[in-house]
Amino acid sequence: MDLIAVFPENPSPDLARTLDLAGYRWKAFPSPDAITKSEPTDGWLGAIVMADTDMDGAWAVCRSLRKRDALMVPLLLLVTGAQLDELTLRDELFDDFCLLPFHPRELEARLRHVFARVSVNSKPDTVDYGGLVLNLETYQASIDGRPLDLTYMEYELLKFLTQNPGKVFTREILLSRVWGYDYYGGARTVDVHIRRLRAKLGEEHANLIQTVRSVGYRFGQSRWGH
Amino acid sequence: MLQQQRDYVLRTVEERGVRLIRLWFTDVLGNLKSFAISPAELENALEDGMSFDGSSIDGFSRVQESDVLAIPDANTFVMLPWADGAAPEARVFCDIHNLDGSPFSGDPRQVLRRNLDKARARGLDFLIAPDIEFFYFAPPEDGQPPRPLDEASFFDLTTTDVTGNLRKETIRTLETMSIPVEYSFHEDAPSQHEIDLRHTDALNMADSVMTFRLAVREVAAAQGVHATFMPKPLEGVQGSGMHLHLSLFNNNGTDDASSNAFYSADDAYNLSDTAKKFMAGLLFHASEITAITNQTVNSYKRLVPGFEAPVHVSWARNNRSGLIRVPVPKRANPSATRIEYRSPDPACNPYLAFSVILAAGLRGVEQNYELPAEADANLFEMGDAALHKLGIEQLPQSLSEALRVMESSSLVHEALGEHIFEWFLRNKRSEWRGYKTQVTPFELQRYLKSI
Repeated sequence: MDLIAVFPENPSPDLARTLDLAGYRWKAFPSPDAITKSEPTDGWLGAIVMADTDMDGAWAVCRSLRKRDALMVPLLLLVTGAQLDELTLRDELFDDFCLLPFHPRELEARLRHVFARVSVNSKPDTVDYGGLVLNLETYQASIDGRPLDLTYMEYELLKFLTQNPGKVFTREILLSRVWGYDYYGGARTVDVHIRRLRAKLGEEHANLIQTVRSVGYRFGQSRWGH
Repeated sequence: MLQQQRDYVLRTVEERGVRLIRLWFTDVLGNLKSFAISPAELENALEDGMSFDGSSIDGFSRVQESDVLAIPDANTFVMLPWADGAAPEARVFCDIHNLDGSPFSGDPRQVLRRNLDKARARGLDFLIAPDIEFFYFAPPEDGQPPRPLDEASFFDLTTTDVTGNLRKETIRTLETMSIPVEYSFHEDAPSQHEIDLRHTDALNMADSVMTFRLAVREVAAAQGVHATFMPKPLEGVQGSGMHLHLSLFNNNGTDDASSNAFYSADDAYNLSDTAKKFMAGLLFHASEITAITNQTVNSYKRLVPGFEAPVHVSWARNNRSGLIRVPVPKRANPSATRIEYRSPDPACNPYLAFSVILAAGLRGVEQNYELPAEADANLFEMGDAALHKLGIEQLPQSLSEALRVMESSSLVHEALGEHIFEWFLRNKRSEWRGYKTQVTPFELQRYLKSI
C-alpha cells in the first residue's frame, strides 16, 4: 500500500516532479474505472485528483473512490481559484484541497498531512475518540468504560463515523457506504439509526454525532473548526 | 454482509458472556413466542435455523406437516435489559421457513415481508410511527373489575409517582433495545398512558411493537403492577388505541423533498396524488381490514362514539372523530408529511395489521381510487340520515360483522395468503361464538327482574 492514484492521465509536469522528488510512488489514470481496475490488493495509499481541466471528471473520480467498502482512500483535490465554489457541500468527497498553481512545499506538506491522518485511523484493532472506544476485533463498543449494547447496523454506522471524524456525510453516502445492500426504509433509515445511537451514547455524549442542517451528519468536531 | 452480521452476533455473545439466546417469533394472533438456546447452539442456528414442531403454535402447521424452521434475523439481535446481570440474555427475531427453505405461509413476519417487497418493487418504502396507549392496573383478581393505579379513590397505593417512574423506566428500557421514543404522556383516562414511537420501516416497527408490549409488561411486573393493552378495559372512559402514522418514501436512495411520496408542495394540505389515492384505498377497504386491525370482541367496545375513537369511514385534516387524520407537520417539513390511521388497537398482530393497511392503500394507488370529500364536521354529533346523505359509512360494529366483511375480501385474502386468512377466520368465529353464548351482567340487570 504505497501507490498513489493520480487523475487525469497526463498530470502537469509540476505535479509529476513534486511527487517524484518527495519519493512517492504514483500512477496516473484517465477515468474512475481505470483506477478501480488497477487498485492494488492492499488498496491505494491515497489519491490526487487534479480538477483544473475537467471538473466533472474529477468529481466522478472522487465519487467512485468514496463508494467502496474499504477504508476511505485519503484524497487530495487540486483546484483553481475559480473552482472554489464547486467545493461547497461536497466536503465528504475529499479530505483536503490545494489551490493551483501550487507551491511544491505546500503540496508536500498537505500530502503528508492527509496520508498521516489515515495511517492513524487505519490502526486495525481499536478506534478511540473521547471516551468512546470501538474494538474492531471483538465488535465491542464502550463509552467511558460502559459497554454499549448495539445492533449490528448501529455498530457498523458508529464504526464508519468514528473512522472518519470531522467529516460530513449525507444520508445517501452513509446508506451506500454503511448499508450498501438490501434494506427497508430508504434514507430515513439513517436518521432512525443516528437517533438510536445518540440515545445509547447518553445525553452527555449525544452531541458526538452532530446534525449538519440540510446536509447530513458529522462525528466529532469539524476539521475546519466550526 | 450476512456473514459479518453473524460474526457480530457470535462475537458479542462471547464477549458479553451471554448465557441464553431467546429466539422470538409471533403466532397468527400476535402473541410473542420464544424458545431459548445456549450459545453453543447459536452458530448452527444462525446458519441452518432451528427446527421445531409448528403444530404447537396457534395458526401454524396442521399436525401432519408440523415441522418448521426458525432462522434468526441477525440484524435484530439485542441484549435483553431486564435479564439478570450475572447471566446476560439476548433476543433475536426469527423468520419461519418450511424445511425446504421456502418462507412458511403461517408466519406473520413473512407475510409482512412479502407485502413490503411488493411495495418495494414499485420503488416505495412503507414507514410507520405508532402511538400506543395502555393502562396500568393493580394485579388483576379473578372476577374483579380492573383497579387503576393513579386515582387514590380507586387504589390507595402512592399515586402519580409510581406510574411516572414506571414510564421513565420503560422508556429507558425501550431506548436500550433500539426503540426510540418520541413522546410519552398520561392519557385522559385514569391510569392510561401513551408512548409514541419514532417512525421506522414497517418490518422494524412490527418487531418493535412486539418488543414494546413485552417491555412495558416486564417493567411494570417488576414493580408489582399489571400493564394491559386490552382495547377497552374500563367502561365509560377512553379505550386504548394504536394510531398509526403512515407514509411512503421513494426508495431511490436520495434524500430530498421528493423522497416522501406523500408530499406535494402544490397541494393545500401538502398531500401528493399518491397520498390521496393511498387514503382512498384505505377508506374504501377499511371495513374489510377491520377484523385484522381490531381483532378481539373487546376491540369493538372501543370503536363507539364519544371517546375519540373512530366510528365512521371518513377523513379530515384535524378532526379526531374521523378514521384518517392528516396531521399538520411541524415547520411544514416535507419528510414529516403523513396520514394517521386511527382505528387499530394495540391488541392487534402488528405484522398482519401493517400488511393489510399497506395492501389497501396500495390498491388505491394502483387503481387510481378517488379520495372522497373531507368530513370536517364532528361526525359524532350527526344523525344517521345526515351521514348517509354524505355517503359516510360506519366501521363494522362487532367482531362478527368485521369477519363477515373480511371473508368476502379478495384484498385481505391476497395480502394474508390462504393459510392465515382461512385460519384467522376460523379461530375468530369460534371466539365470537364463545362470546355470543355468554349471559352478561348487563342482561341480568336489565331483564331478570322486569321480564
